[in-house]
Formats: sequence, structure tokens, C-alpha cells
Amino acid sequence: MVDKNLTVAKTGNEAMAEAMRQINPDVVAAYPITPATEIAQIFAGFVADGLVHTEFVRVESEHSAMSAAVGAAAAGGRCMTATSSQGLMLMSEILPIASALRLPIVMPEVNRTIAGPINIHCDHSDTMFVRDSGWMQVYCEDAQEAYDSVLMGIKIAEKAMLPMMVSTDGFIISHCMARVDLIPDEDVTKYLGQYKPETWLLNPDKKITLGGLDLQDYYFEHKMVAIDAMYKSKAIIKECCEEFAGKFGRNYDFFESYEMDDAETAILAMGSVCGTAKVAVDNLRKDGKKVGLVRMRVFRPFPAEELAKTLSNLKTLAIMDRSDAMSAGEAPLAIETKAALYGRKKQPKTHNYVFGLGGRDIKVEEIEDVYKEMLDFTQPEKNFDRKVTYLGVRE
Amino acid sequence: MKTLYKKPESLNDIVTHYCPGCGHGIVHRLIAEVIDELNIREKTIGVAPVGCAVLAYNYFNFDVTEAAHGRAPAVATGIKRALPDNFVFSYQGDGDLAAIGTGEIIHAANRSENISVVFVNNTVYGMTGGQMAPTTLVGQKTLTSPGGRSSCTAGNPVKVCELLAPLEGVKYLYRGAVSSPSKINTVKKAIKQSFEIQLAGGGFSLVEILAQCPTYWGMTPCESVKHIETELVKTFPLGEIKKWKKE
Repeated sequence: MVDKNLTVAKTGNEAMAEAMRQINPDVVAAYPITPATEIAQIFAGFVADGLVHTEFVRVESEHSAMSAAVGAAAAGGRCMTATSSQGLMLMSEILPIASALRLPIVMPEVNRTIAGPINIHCDHSDTMFVRDSGWMQVYCEDAQEAYDSVLMGIKIAEKAMLPMMVSTDGFIISHCMARVDLIPDEDVTKYLGQYKPETWLLNPDKKITLGGLDLQDYYFEHKMVAIDAMYKSKAIIKECCEEFAGKFGRNYDFFESYEMDDAETAILAMGSVCGTAKVAVDNLRKDGKKVGLVRMRVFRPFPAEELAKTLSNLKTLAIMDRSDAMSAGEAPLAIETKAALYGRKKQPKTHNYVFGLGGRDIKVEEIEDVYKEMLDFTQPEKNFDRKVTYLGVRE
Repeated sequence: MKTLYKKPESLNDIVTHYCPGCGHGIVHRLIAEVIDELNIREKTIGVAPVGCAVLAYNYFNFDVTEAAHGRAPAVATGIKRALPDNFVFSYQGDGDLAAIGTGEIIHAANRSENISVVFVNNTVYGMTGGQMAPTTLVGQKTLTSPGGRSSCTAGNPVKVCELLAPLEGVKYLYRGAVSSPSKINTVKKAIKQSFEIQLAGGGFSLVEILAQCPTYWGMTPCESVKHIETELVKTFPLGEIKKWKKE
């Protein structure tokens, strides 16, 4: 049930900061970076107003922010930080350490492209750069989903004992105001409960060493534990999404299927562009075109089987990436989706589109053109003379 | 007719992006004047920071490269080692130099890289919107220290000149302010001294400049100038912190 008093207008950053207030983490360490700055800044206000009991550390860099998060989580705390782009790059040394140590840190990440050239606007290059760091990754479409995903993220991370980044498109979601239905504080507290780690540092009853030197003898086995945890996290995500839907009435899954029941052609994409793509789908459906959209939410763990099952009945599929893999043949979402489809008896013809790098806008008409191209592509003799189409780039 | 005042050749004639009353513009001008006077514009390479001065390259009429946040001294090191006959300086704010780039500045200084560093200290992260910096005064209100900086939880202001002074590689350190015409003239002399040390192959030098940030201090430009002279100088005393001794 939605409580009307808790229906508010919030930007993506405000919504994620609000989630952090309700989570009331033990430690937050952060360093400002556009466009994620506001999250920790709003949170600093909550600290100053005594609304949370968090130890708030204004560290000197993101490298230290993530290191402090690792320390706090290893010591048994529920801890968070937030960042974007270059900040995530600077954290990248520590990210795989956090996941290998099985520390359930949850981090709002506001997608911004990476330098150079320097640019503060949205694409997914930053989170894609760290996609194999052992962090779960959730891409949101709007502020509501960002809020819900941060709350759910705590639950999932602590069950899976893996860190999670919840990302929103820089400026498009982070700075645009939208309707958000909040959950009452006491319900959040009850939902999340107290974090009770199995082990933590300086527990005299169970002494442990974390992050010790681990060479040819055991490194591989220990790595396998983290790899295994990532595979197993899929079931935890599924279970937590169902629990969240039952408790709060909003449904989430690995991906969202929009008008997919009878779709012959579809777009697969992530983030705010999906809102635009839904308008394109609605427009084309009015003309009787059988088009649909699959919006990826959970990119790590990658839901290969579920995705392949949903996509395999399509005739054609456009995979739209907001980042590039620099000569890998196709961009990340396309590479992984095609790997998931490989070997299946039935699979659609696919084409990869890269769009929106550095915040380049994409319009409904451009997405409609993609659908039209893909509808044309359903004819057996039609093929592309290139592997990737770069949308909206000047030659 | 005698020309009394003109735009230095080392500055481009473009509209500023800095806020009204900001100290950066004055510092840009001083650097440009010194470069003109030393007649080194054609061999100057600047390294711009991340922060409010991220667009410094738009204003300077010589080659400037952008460095990742805090890495300007390391980038300047590389340029100077590759092109020892060129004049190389980094331009950095306190968020860049005294926070994320603390490691780079200490080690460039310790190696006595033959570069000059112009360090603009306005005690706040300006570009991201006014958050607490390591240089923020105790009690100063910022967006991430809305109750005023507490030294219990956030430490005391980092004094970069005093931190670097004991390093043998550091040849000259000066702290000035751009809060009055006389102080501006003194800062210019210090910048010139720093640049001349490099031209003489003298090694690492740094000029710290206390600069006003009316926007994020919540003051008028006039109040912020006074604030430097009455408050900032108590924490960051002005003058020569390390005198150059010609070896």
C-alpha cells in the first residue's frame, strides 16, 4: 500500500541519500565527485542533524573511501559510500579486494563517462570498466528504482556476502526530479534488520585473518569461492525481489520485459534510455508493429539463461550499449548477451548499437529508427555491413 | 603614447567562467605577467588540475595539458624529464593538491623535480559545490561540515608549505594572498622567484596563494577579502616559509 504522505518529488541523488538515511549505516566514507557528490553531501546533513548514527569520514580520495569501507565492513560494520566515473576508477584497485574478502558494501554509483577527454555526463563506461571486479551491478531506470534498489541492495549484499553497486544515469536520473514513493522508516528498519556478520575482525571468539598472502597454493581455491558466490547470488536476488514485492508492492527482476509477449523484434538496453525506448515501443505498437523492450537491471551476476530464454523467440534483437569495448567486436552488453544466446537452437539475428557516449542525447525518433531498421532486418536476406552501429556520432 | 597597462600576451581574451570575486583570475593574470616578463611563453608548458581551475587551459596562451585529479606534479615531472629545456609548472587547488594528490606533491617535492607549483588555497572544494577540504578552517561551515569543521572528527587544516618545508628537495616555499594590491604584488614576486629557480635549474619550488571564494564562503567579495586577512592568515601565516639558497 502506498502511503500518500510518503509520495514525494526527489532527484535520483536525493532518493538514494534518503535510502541511506533509512539504512543508517555504521560508517560512510566519501569524497566528492560530480555527479554523485550530492549523495554524500545530503547524507552529511543527516549526520549533522543527528538523524543517523553514522561515523561519517570525509576522506581525501575515493581510493581511501573504498579502503575505509573495506576496513569498516571487515570490522563487522554496515558501510556505504557513493561515487562516479573517475572516483570509481580510483577505487578500482580496492573493488576486487572488497568482493574477494566477501564484504557486503553497498555503493550508489552515478554513471558518468571516464576521461579522457574530461566529461561529466552520462554513459556506462565507468561501471563497465569494473564489471569483472566481483561486485554485483544493478542499473536503474528512475529515482524510484534507485531508492528501492539501494534498500534491497543491503539485503542482497548481506545475504550473498558480496558488494553491490547500484547505478543511475548521471544527471538524467541523478539530477532530474521524479515521483518517489518512500517506505516508512520503521518498515525499512524492520525489513533490513540488524547486520550480523558471520565473522569479523577482532572477534576474540573467532580469530580470522583477511586478505593474507595467497600464492599458487590456495589463491585459485579462494578465488573460486568468490566466483561461486557470484553465481549463487542470482537465487538470492530473485528471492529478495520477491520478498520486496510482497512487502512493498513494487516488482523487480533481473530484467524487465516490456511488450514482449508477442514481440518479433526488440531492443535490449540499460538505464534511463529505456524510458525513452518505451515511448518508441508505444508509438510503434499503435502502428501495429510487434516490437518490445528488455531492460537489463542486473548486469552482475549476469542472468544468461533467463535472458537467453526471453530473447530466443525474437526474430531480431538490437542490443544498445552506452559504452564501448574498444575493438572487442561489440560492446559489453552485446558481447555477453550473444554469449548467452550462443548454441541455442532458436536465437534472433542481432545487431549492436553504441549510443550516448559522454552524455550525447538520444531521442525517441532515433530509437524508432533502430526499431524500423530491426524490423527490416527480419527479412532473411537483410544483413548489416558492419558489426556495430554508432548512433548519433558525427563523422 | 606610453602603454601603462595591457593584457599579458600569455592570457587569452575570453570570458571568464570564475565566480564574481574569485581569486583564481588574479592568480592567472600574475602567472601570465611573470611569463611575459621572463620571456618564456614560447617554451612554457602548464599542467591544469581538476577543480575550479579545470579550464585554466582556456585562459593561458601557451601549451597546457590536463592532469587527472591530483596527479599534476607527476605529469609535470614526466614533461620536465622529457623536455628539460622547457619551463613546466602545475596549477593546482587545495582539493587537488592537498587532498587527492597529497602523495604526488610530496614525492615530486622530495625528488626535487625542477618544476614550479602554483597552489591556490581557498579552503573549500569549489568545483563540486562547496564541500569540506583538508584545508578547511576549524569551525568553517561547508556542505559536508554544516555544523562547522570539527577537528575531533575531521582533523585540522593541512598546512602544505609547513608539511613540505623539512624535505631537503624543496628549494623555495612562499605563502601569499591575493587579498590586497600590496599582497598581490608580493605574490607576483614570489611566483617570479619560483619560476627563476626552475630556469636556473634550482629544483622544486611552490607558491601557495590564499584566494577568496565568496560563493562557497557565503560572503560578498569584499567580506571574503577581509576574511583572508583576519581569519585565514591565523591558520596559514603569510611569508617565506623556506628561503631559496643558491647552491
